[in-house]
Amino acid sequence: MTKVLAISGSLRDSSYNTMLLRNAIELFGADVVVEELDGLKVVPPYDEDDDGDGAPEAVRSLRAAFAGADAVLISTPEYNSSVPGHLKNALDWVSRPLAANPLRNKPAVVVGASTGAFGAVWAQAELRKVLASIGARVVDAEVAVGHAPTRFDEDGTLIDEDLREQLGEVVDALAAAITERAELARTAA
Amino acid sequence: MSTTQTKIPAGTWNLDPVHSNLGFEVGYLAGTFRGQFGDVLVKLDTTDTGARIEGTVQVASVDVKDENLTAHLQSPDFFDAERYPELRFLAEGVELDNETVEAPGEITIKGVTKPVEVTGTLSEPIEDAWGNERLGLQLTATVDRTEFGVNWNTPLPTGDQALSNTVTILAELQLVKAA
Repeated sequence: MTKVLAISGSLRDSSYNTMLLRNAIELFGADVVVEELDGLKVVPPYDEDDDGDGAPEAVRSLRAAFAGADAVLISTPEYNSSVPGHLKNALDWVSRPLAANPLRNKPAVVVGASTGAFGAVWAQAELRKVLASIGARVVDAEVAVGHAPTRFDEDGTLIDEDLREQLGEVVDALAAAITERAELARTAA
Repeated sequence: MSTTQTKIPAGTWNLDPVHSNLGFEVGYLAGTFRGQFGDVLVKLDTTDTGARIEGTVQVASVDVKDENLTAHLQSPDFFDAERYPELRFLAEGVELDNETVEAPGEITIKGVTKPVEVTGTLSEPIEDAWGNERLGLQLTATVDRTEFGVNWNTPLPTGDQALSNTVTILAELQLVKAA
């Protein structure tokens, strides 16, 4: 069974990015299990002195979640034109050591929502750069949900049809990247 | 100007990998960055009328001076070693004139195959200390990495890009004649 790790870069309960993430999760096929990452808030600041065998429990859980997934889906808000610090910090932990990190070659896709007009496009671009630098296979697809308060109903359903279609395309692109990588592994075996 | 055919005995010449080097040079920041590949296979087939060179390189063997950079070079940002584990070169109509080599062929990087002009020099065969016939081959080629989808870059404060698109490939090879 294919596993996708889904991460909302926003921590607050009524986050639009969490809403967007859950709308995406519903679009995956029945053959995909999606796990929402829990515990982003308790990951401590990256400190190489704390890494290694004695890495904090929150970090070990984080790394295990990435290692157990076939792909990663992230919905990011935009803080001061960039990626939220806690999300970047978590990826910094996951990325070490770089040559053996669990994101290496793993398909990853980024979407985003913001209350402003642009839908976190700069944070998304920065996050794609970070993921590529870590070695992920970043899927070339985007959904930018601007004016987020007007795009969801009271149940958190994305009501803009164009955006729903884009979200479907992103999910399909990630699923295709997972399938392609699995076939590559079978061929190589 | 007359040329004389280099006297290369017909046959198959295999790479001595220990005493050979396959590297690349690319402009980066204020200078030239160099790296090399450790796992390389090259075969030169010579006949009375011409020659053929075939080479393969394992991307996973890329060797630079920082393990994090090694990992980055193997990632989808650069060579994408998981999906495209080999670089390949094939030149069917190699001309060995005098001491010069003209080896127009095709090079495959990141799954993209393009024609490439390869030139170089050849040293006349010698008998080495173990009784083998051995020759030296120095080859150079220049490619635009973006034609192969190797597009990573990062902007400088001036707006220029940090990494040149033009990459020079340098092969310093010693080949031993098969028995």
